[in-house]
Amino acid sequence: MVMKLSKKDILGIPDLSRDEINLILDTAESFLEISTRDIKKVPTLRGKTIINFFVEASTRTRTSFEIAGKRLSADTINISASTSSMVKGETLGDTAKTLEAMNPDIIVIRHNAAGAPHMLARLVRQSVINAGDGAHEHPTQALLDLLTIKNEKGHIDGLHVTIVGDITHSRVARSNILALTRMGARVTVCGPAMMMPRDIDKMGVSVSHHIEEAIENADIVMMLRIQLERQNESIFPSDREYARYFCLDREKIKAARPDVLVMHPGPMNRGVEIAPDIADGIQSLILKQVTNGVAVRMALLYLLAGGE
Amino acid sequence: MMLLKGGRVIDPSQHIDEKRDILIENGKISTVEKDTPVAETECIDVTNMIVTPGLIDMHTHLREPGHEYKETIRSGTEAAVAGGFTAVACMPNTQPVNDNRSVTEFILKQARCSNLAHVYPVAAISRSSEGKILTEFGDLHDAGAVAFSDDGQPVMNSRMMRSALEYAHSLGLPIISHCEDLFLSQGGHMNEGFSSTQLGIEGIPTIAEDIMVMRDIALAEYTRTSVHIAHVSTTGSVEAIRGAKEKGIKVTAETAPHYFTLTDEALLDFSTNAKVYPPLRSAKDIEAIKEGLKDGTIDAIASDHAPHSSIEKDVEFIFASNGLIGLETSLALSLKLVDEGILTIATLIEKMTVNPARILNIHKGTLEPGSDADITVIDPQRRWTVDINTFRSKSRNSPFDGWKLKGKAVMTIVGGDIKYREL
Repeated sequence: MVMKLSKKDILGIPDLSRDEINLILDTAESFLEISTRDIKKVPTLRGKTIINFFVEASTRTRTSFEIAGKRLSADTINISASTSSMVKGETLGDTAKTLEAMNPDIIVIRHNAAGAPHMLARLVRQSVINAGDGAHEHPTQALLDLLTIKNEKGHIDGLHVTIVGDITHSRVARSNILALTRMGARVTVCGPAMMMPRDIDKMGVSVSHHIEEAIENADIVMMLRIQLERQNESIFPSDREYARYFCLDREKIKAARPDVLVMHPGPMNRGVEIAPDIADGIQSLILKQVTNGVAVRMALLYLLAGGE
Repeated sequence: MMLLKGGRVIDPSQHIDEKRDILIENGKISTVEKDTPVAETECIDVTNMIVTPGLIDMHTHLREPGHEYKETIRSGTEAAVAGGFTAVACMPNTQPVNDNRSVTEFILKQARCSNLAHVYPVAAISRSSEGKILTEFGDLHDAGAVAFSDDGQPVMNSRMMRSALEYAHSLGLPIISHCEDLFLSQGGHMNEGFSSTQLGIEGIPTIAEDIMVMRDIALAEYTRTSVHIAHVSTTGSVEAIRGAKEKGIKVTAETAPHYFTLTDEALLDFSTNAKVYPPLRSAKDIEAIKEGLKDGTIDAIASDHAPHSSIEKDVEFIFASNGLIGLETSLALSLKLVDEGILTIATLIEKMTVNPARILNIHKGTLEPGSDADITVIDPQRRWTVDINTFRSKSRNSPFDGWKLKGKAVMTIVGGDIKYREL
C-alpha cells in the first residue's frame, strides 16, 4: 500500500497505479467529513497557492477545485479564458512561464486542446492537475466517480458499468474507461455508431448500439451529456431522434436490474440523454458525485502538496 | 577535371553497379570506366563509398517567398546538399502561391544566387491553389515550372482535376496530386485509429486519401492521361495504385521516409514534430508501403520536407501546423530499407534518382557521359546521430532528433562543383 503520491502531476489515469488510486480514494474519504462541518476549513495547505487556469468554460469543476483549495486553506486564484492574456494572443508556453514565475504550488488547468496540460507540465516545475483536456481525459471526474461507486456499492472490482452517449467526444468516458477497467470493473459503452471512436474495443470495453441491451446487466449506468449543436456538422439527425433511442427514461430503465444506479457528470440536458424523473429519482447519484468531487480534489491537492 | 576513384558506382539509369571511376570535365560527366588513370587531375579517393547520380527530392517545401523565417531557398538547398540531394522540386504553397511566372522566375533567381542544388519549381494547378481557375500552365512551364500541383490542398472539384490532367498531358507536363477528401479529413489532426481514440483527438481516416487516389486513377484512365500521386501513406492507396498499374493506367507514386518509419503511436506523447499531413498511419500501412516500394508500385521516395518554426510547433497539438523536415534524414532512413532486405541498394537509388527524374521529365538522375556532373557519394557504413541543432535547414521540426542512423552522404557534387563534403 502506497502512503504517498510520488508524482509531480495528475495528467491522466494511465499514470496512476491501482494502489495510487486507492490512496486517493481513501484520502478523499477522510476529507468528506470536513465538508459537513459548520466550519468547513482545515489549515492543511495554509500558505500554498493554487491557480485554477480554466481556458475552457466550466462551472462545476472550477468551483469544485476552488472550494477544495479553500477548505484546505490554500490561496486559490482563478484565471478564465476571457480574463487570460491568451485572448491577447499569448501562447500557452508564455502563459505557462509567466504563471511559473509567480511561484504557485499547483496549477489546475482545463483546456479545449487535448494534451495542453501535458505541455504545461513539461514547461513548469509546479504540479499540474488536468481538469479536462479536449476529448482526451478528465481524470478528477473519473476519480470522483470511482469514489461515488465505491461508497454506494462497497467495491468497484467485478461491477458492470455501462457508459451511454457520445463516446468519441467525451473525456469523461475515456478517463472512466481507463479508471474502471484498472480497478477491475467491466465496462460497456453504448451510443449511436457515429459517436463510437474507432477501435474503442481495444480499450477493453464491450460496444453496443442499443441501450436496453447495454444496461441489461449493469450495476451502474453513466449517461453522458449530448451536445449535438457543438459538432461542426450534423453527425446525428436530431435531439428528438437521440432521445427516442438513447434517453434514459422510465421505459428504457426497465431493461436494467431494479438496483441499478444512475450517474451523470453534468451539466445535464434534461430530456435529451436523461429524463427528469430519472435524474431526480432515487437511483440517481448525480448530486453525490458533485459532493464527492470536492473531496477527491481536496485529496489530490493535499497529496500533490506532499501530504501523506 | 576531377576524378572520383575506387568507388562502387550505382547508376540504375545505365544498369551500372560495379567499381568504376568517374571523370568529370567542365561540369559534365566525361567517362565512367574501370581503372581510369590518374592524370593531371584532382583525384578523390572514394574507396568503400557508393557513388550515385545526384539524388533528387521531388517533393519539398522551401517556403520562399513568404515564409523566410521557416526556410529560404538558400537554407533549403544547403540542407539538400548536406542530405545528398543535388536537385529538389519545390511545392507552390508559398506566399504568394507560385501560380504565375513572376513567382516561378523569382524562385529560379534565388536558386541561381544560392548556387547549391538545382531547384525545380512546381507551379499551382489553380490560382492561389483555390481549386477554381486553372493557372497558365504553358506560361508557367515556359518560365521554368516542371510540374503542377495544388499540394497542401487537394483539387476537390473532379471536373477541375479532369481539365488539369487533360491540359497538362497535352503539354507533356506532369500533375502531382495531393489526395485528400476534405469532407472526410475535416477537423482531423492525426490518423483515425486506436491512437486517436486514446488521445481523444479527431482522426483523419485512411479513406480520406484512398478515395481521392481512386478518383484520380479513374480520371487518368478515362482521360487517357497520367497522374502522379504524392505522399502515399495508406494500404488502400498502395492497393489502388498497384491495381491501376496492372491495368496499364499511367499512374506513378511517391512516399516519404516517415510513412515507412513511424506509426501514429509517435503522437501518443502529443509530439507536434510528428504531426504531418498525410498523418502517420498504422503498422499495417507501413508494411503495405514497404511492399509497394518493393514491388515497384511506389516509384519514388521524396522527403516532403516541410519546415515550420517554433511558432507553429511549440503550441497545443491541435493548433500545431502539419509537416516535418526531411532533407537531412531522408537518405539514412531510406537506407534502412536496404538493411531490412526490402530494397536492394540499386532499387533504392533508382527511387531517389532516375525515377523522380523521369516522373518530372527532367534530364537528371544519370551518370551518362555528357550529362551534368551531379553526383552523390554515400558512405553506407557511416554511423551518426541526428542532431537537429546541426541541421542546415532553418527549422528544427524533425521527429528523428537523437536517432542513431547508418549511412550518410559524404560528398555532394552539383555541375562538377563540390557543394558539400565531409570526406
